[in-house]
Amino acid sequence: MRYLPLTQEDRADMLSAIGANSVDDFYTDVPESARLPGTVPGLPDHQGEFAVERYLTKLASKNVTASDSAFFVGCGAYKHHVPASIDMVIQRSEFLTTYTPYQPEIAQGTLQTLFEFQTQVAEITAMDVANASMYDGATSCAEAAVMACRATRRKKVVLSGGLHPHYAASTKLLCEAQGIEVVQLPAAIDGELELAGAVDDATACVIGQSPNVFGTITDMTPVADAAHEKKALFVSVFTEAVSLGLVKPPGEMGADIAVGEGQSIGNSLNFGGPYVGLFAATQKLVRQMPGRLCGETTDAEGKRGFVLTLSTREQHIRRDKATSNICTNSGLCALAFTAHMTLLGGKGLHDLAVLNHEAACDLADALEAVNGVEILTPRFFNEFAFRVPMNAADALQGLLDRDVVGGVRVSRLYPHEDELSNVIVCAATECTTPEDIAAYASALKEILS
Amino acid sequence: MTVKYTEDHEWVSVEGDTATVGITSYAAEQLGDVVFVELPEEGRNSNKGDELAVVESVKAASDVYAPVSGIVKEANSELEGAPETVNQDPEGKAWFVKMLITDPTQLDAMMDADAYKAFCADL
Amino acid sequence: MSMNSQGRPSTPVATGSQHDTETVSGSKGLYQFEPLIFETDRWGKTGVDLPKAKGTKSRLGGVERTGKAELPGLSEPETVRHYMRLSQRNYAIDLGLFPLGSCTMKHNPRLNEKMARLPGFADIHPMQPQASVQGALELIDELATWLKTLTGMPAVAMSPKAGAHGELCGMLAIRQALISRGEADTRKRVLVPASAHGTNPATAAQCGFIVDEIGADKRGRVDMDDLRAKLEKTDDVAGIMLTNPNTCGLFETDIKEIADLIHEAGGYFYCDGANFNAIVGRVRPGDLGIDAMHINLHKTFSTPHGGGGPGSGPTVLSEALAPFAPVPFILKDEDGFRLVEEAEEEAKESFGRMASFHGQMGMFVRALSYMLSHGADGLKQVAEDAVLNANYIQAKLKTVMTPAFDGFCMHEALFSDKFTAEGIETIDIAKALIDEGYHPMTMYFPLVVHGAMLIEPTETESKAELDRFCGALESVARRAAQDDDTLKGAPYLAPMKRLDETHAARKPVLKWAPPAPEQLAAE
Repeated sequence: MRYLPLTQEDRADMLSAIGANSVDDFYTDVPESARLPGTVPGLPDHQGEFAVERYLTKLASKNVTASDSAFFVGCGAYKHHVPASIDMVIQRSEFLTTYTPYQPEIAQGTLQTLFEFQTQVAEITAMDVANASMYDGATSCAEAAVMACRATRRKKVVLSGGLHPHYAASTKLLCEAQGIEVVQLPAAIDGELELAGAVDDATACVIGQSPNVFGTITDMTPVADAAHEKKALFVSVFTEAVSLGLVKPPGEMGADIAVGEGQSIGNSLNFGGPYVGLFAATQKLVRQMPGRLCGETTDAEGKRGFVLTLSTREQHIRRDKATSNICTNSGLCALAFTAHMTLLGGKGLHDLAVLNHEAACDLADALEAVNGVEILTPRFFNEFAFRVPMNAADALQGLLDRDVVGGVRVSRLYPHEDELSNVIVCAATECTTPEDIAAYASALKEILS
Repeated sequence: MTVKYTEDHEWVSVEGDTATVGITSYAAEQLGDVVFVELPEEGRNSNKGDELAVVESVKAASDVYAPVSGIVKEANSELEGAPETVNQDPEGKAWFVKMLITDPTQLDAMMDADAYKAFCADL
Repeated sequence: MSMNSQGRPSTPVATGSQHDTETVSGSKGLYQFEPLIFETDRWGKTGVDLPKAKGTKSRLGGVERTGKAELPGLSEPETVRHYMRLSQRNYAIDLGLFPLGSCTMKHNPRLNEKMARLPGFADIHPMQPQASVQGALELIDELATWLKTLTGMPAVAMSPKAGAHGELCGMLAIRQALISRGEADTRKRVLVPASAHGTNPATAAQCGFIVDEIGADKRGRVDMDDLRAKLEKTDDVAGIMLTNPNTCGLFETDIKEIADLIHEAGGYFYCDGANFNAIVGRVRPGDLGIDAMHINLHKTFSTPHGGGGPGSGPTVLSEALAPFAPVPFILKDEDGFRLVEEAEEEAKESFGRMASFHGQMGMFVRALSYMLSHGADGLKQVAEDAVLNANYIQAKLKTVMTPAFDGFCMHEALFSDKFTAEGIETIDIAKALIDEGYHPMTMYFPLVVHGAMLIEPTETESKAELDRFCGALESVARRAAQDDDTLKGAPYLAPMKRLDETHAARKPVLKWAPPAPEQLAAE
């Protein structure tokens, strides 16, 4: 067994040093009826490295990858290029195989990268402060809602009709468990500003998304103003972090809390995880934030260093009064994010965002030219919704048969919105080629004719 | 002006119908370096024993309970920028809140300075 | 002879005096000085080559960012060096023994990393048509089968993204079960031992439950008298959250009785599976009467900790709780595997959705790779070696340090600070261990033991490595017993001296800011 260094001789020597007859002596506290006579039944024994590799490679080969095909799927995760150096960085053992930096004297590598990460996230969201990451966008959104309730001492949250349904569901779940009322506005392609009319004196926060799940971008400043008027908070959500290079960021719209998915920068699609939740807020709310925070300080000799700080908010100290139960976060994904942002810089993020937007505009032009297609998203970044004169599921299957992975049928996200059953949301990124777009348009033309 | 003490290590200085509340030197020393004080908003109506404030060191957070029932008239906003005052001058500059007392009889059961000193000596 | 005397000296020359250890560059030999990326001259630049924009007519509708995000962009060589240099300030399991109790810092096999990076797993989208990801769904289903078999439980929720998220899953399932019984408003009390990890009470509170603490007895187990007393009133009991093996590194002897008592009271048994490594392959938690348990794939099943995540916390559920499992989950029928994504129809009793997508696929691949490699026989050996190693440490150190409890331990050895001289604290021992080249043990946890030191070596360590570690810790412990106050200044040999956490918390500086103009002028 290649991962176990002890030999039978070692084991015997150690048992005698301990004064035990066999390892069974260590398990005498286990109730007799729960002691297995041998190994767990129903599972195979150990295998060599090659056998495992062969088996898993075969499973992997059954999947159609985003790079294999003309690929246009978005709705919360995006196919972007990850530079080769990023994977090298996160495979450094000192980052990959270390723990949460509880001993700062020997964890400055992790801590300094977290400090850089927090600075980058605060800058791109145009917020005052950011934490050291959450699990993903949906869990960040849920935590933002309960944080807003804590900060305002109110118990009502309003969700926009364009908030990603998975984010809405995760938020509802956590809120309702805590007795917080959740008001969900009806699904709407261009309805984020409706939030402004939905805030009242009992509202803790309103949660809007831009670009929203249909790709619509909205200047939500009026929503922030309406919320602040009622002493409520405005939570601004994004699922496409690259959009922050070009589109009005939360901080420029008056957001009190900004949350979103950071996968697009530095992280692969990974079938949905691990991803990296981004969480930023105004300075005023810093002590209400969930999750870990890294701060600057000095050591005993006055040298600058970094430590985890404000941990009295966290579960290991505050226990049942903690701001959240989160412990493990997405450290390594945050490292991938921060390394990629370090390569990009503000300029690179902007230029990358421009390429994404241009690819989506080209895609929209090409699809609009197909008879029967109607683009529904009025303003977009790299993703938009369009209607086809047939069931969206059948259209997507037709596309898949022609090696085009054409997007997400809205009925998968909104099973009960019948008027949306012919609607597809598709995304283009810097990875999308003119050939991919041509293939999409011609396949769709074929299906619709 | 009389100063009274509670078993939860709060001091209460009473002048007219106003009580000034803080934590004792003994408590400040036990907590170690105070890094943050969370104070209530003005106008909050607290019953005796309710959580009034939170005082945090690096490794612990402790609740400060309302020693008497009353309405918060003023919180010491100086502490937000200078939490170290709690260690430097806990029974002076580092007062937490001023409260309008609604039930002055609650003060009767509290300890005076000598009784509190004896109470701490037994801990 | 030619008498060629050219060339360099090849024998070291002893110098009379100690050279100044400060350097002009800030670097010291292999240790390289490295500022923040914001302190470079790469503002306004970028380290990526992107095609030129075409100038396509914008469809942004004017919703544009007013200023560019101001961040430096480093070239690739600068970026690689930056992270390479920073990496060398970190301790890691690949560098040495990492005895952090309750964290299970075991070796992370490289095959797992290779498998997780196969494009068929890493380059697939969670929302692409399910017909195009059958291999991925099959892998999740197979991993689920392993987890159910190893725990002896009938169901598993795969979407929780870390241990604490798994706790949330289990407690929300309990809450949903109570809702379906019509008792959610009355059954609010959750019993949690004082020794529990902070996430347990935090999770219970997050689900709207009220935490009722139960004490430990002098053997480090649940105080059964206290438990029985707390269960005298039963109609408000929602359940118990109990770690087993517990945070003192001990198996809860009375676990079956605890399960029976809580069930008789009408509550559910949540078991925190953080310490599953001690019993995996040898004991099935399902045989102990539990209703829910999360499994930290990043502990027991070797997915890397990554400096604080990502984790993965699949949560096994009993028959009683299985109907309430979160979406999405996988079903298999004649057309193959499919995801049930909405809490309706076949998932009509589900408590809902916890995360953006289907769970931590990257961690699933690594965990299954590990399980297949070890097999049922290997996993049993993992638990036994982990427990053997911990007992070996306890046996070697029990004469110099104070074991918190009598008897054998499970996979971690717990000591109190009783043996230390007045004035020397657990933290001083921990920091001195850094000078010996080791990551410290978990300190001051569990809270029920004074100055706790919790040591978990895992099965990864060889006997020789354990001997070396015990030698180092023994020497530090002796110094602590003899009141050697040089311990107070440790570490001396790490990249940094002790850091001022009070200063960090009083005046939080959570991001880089440009130096103030007067400071620039002075430089």
